[in-house]
Amino acid sequence: MKNPEEIFEILKDKFGEVIIELFSDKPTESFISVAPLEIDKVCLYLRDKEGLNFKSLMNLSGIDDANGEKIKDENDNEIIQGGTLSVFYHLESIDLKHKVTLKVSTDRENPEVASVEEIWRAADWHEREAYDMFGIKFLNHHNLIRILMPYDWEGGYPLRKDYQNPEFYKGMKVPY
Amino acid sequence: MGLLDKQFTDDNIIITKVEDLLNWARLSSLWQMGFGLACCAIEMMATSASHYDFDRFGVIPRPSPRQSDVIIISGTVTFKMAIRIKRLYEQMPDHKYVISMGSCSNCGGPYWEHGYHVLKGVDRVIPVDVYVPGCPPRPEALLEGLLKLQEKIRNETLVSKTA
Repeated sequence: MKNPEEIFEILKDKFGEVIIELFSDKPTESFISVAPLEIDKVCLYLRDKEGLNFKSLMNLSGIDDANGEKIKDENDNEIIQGGTLSVFYHLESIDLKHKVTLKVSTDRENPEVASVEEIWRAADWHEREAYDMFGIKFLNHHNLIRILMPYDWEGGYPLRKDYQNPEFYKGMKVPY
Repeated sequence: MGLLDKQFTDDNIIITKVEDLLNWARLSSLWQMGFGLACCAIEMMATSASHYDFDRFGVIPRPSPRQSDVIIISGTVTFKMAIRIKRLYEQMPDHKYVISMGSCSNCGGPYWEHGYHVLKGVDRVIPVDVYVPGCPPRPEALLEGLLKLQEKIRNETLVSKTA
């Protein structure tokens, strides 16, 4: 059983620059910030390394940090430019009874994160959901299509903070 | 409605209008499409079960839209589902009736403002005969809705469908 500080040290020794920071001053559980395009290598190591054994991906979720610049577009709607979108990974080792949380932040205009779908099959649908709701592209995902919204939905990514509903979908009025 | 009170002393003859007879037959065996969407469907199933006993009004769930007279939209209608509901409705033979059950299918319910995925009322895709309010409505409320629908059917004419 290891605490997040020990896990952070192990990862820092192994991966160096890829592991960015440990946040342990938050009111939530502490999490480790990782570079978005290297997260698959880190995750594979966490799963297979003796003494870490993170065999289970409990959750994978996207978040809109909404930390960019808020500007008005031509229709006077507030949109966010720049800033980041994030993905959180909650891992658990059932054998060793310890948990860890990873975070990757990626550019809002071109959000690309390495897929961990090959490492935990549970990530398949979770990544599709994050793609569906936030438009985060998971590189090397074998089937990155919308999972909840209709496949032909063109209204954008609904959980982004600056999301605007389209007027119509297939002739059906969307707003109330 | 003039079926039984015009009975002759001879038990085998009843005088009535064709309209009344057809309407009576239609409203007494409203076969319901076996179709549920969300938590309202749980109440609908409770209504079908022995305690509330939908069957005493002639309502039996049917597994196919082609055998159904009434479709109860019991729950949240998402855009994805709305397309399918429209197709199911079109597959039902005339005369077909729609009961919209619960706030979600009446008007979008709790999703009315921020529900990016919810159709704000099933009446945007198919015509609704009876709206049953509630979130979800109790089985008594659904039974009341069915009685209202029966009342509508009772007043139909052969010339035009009113319900």
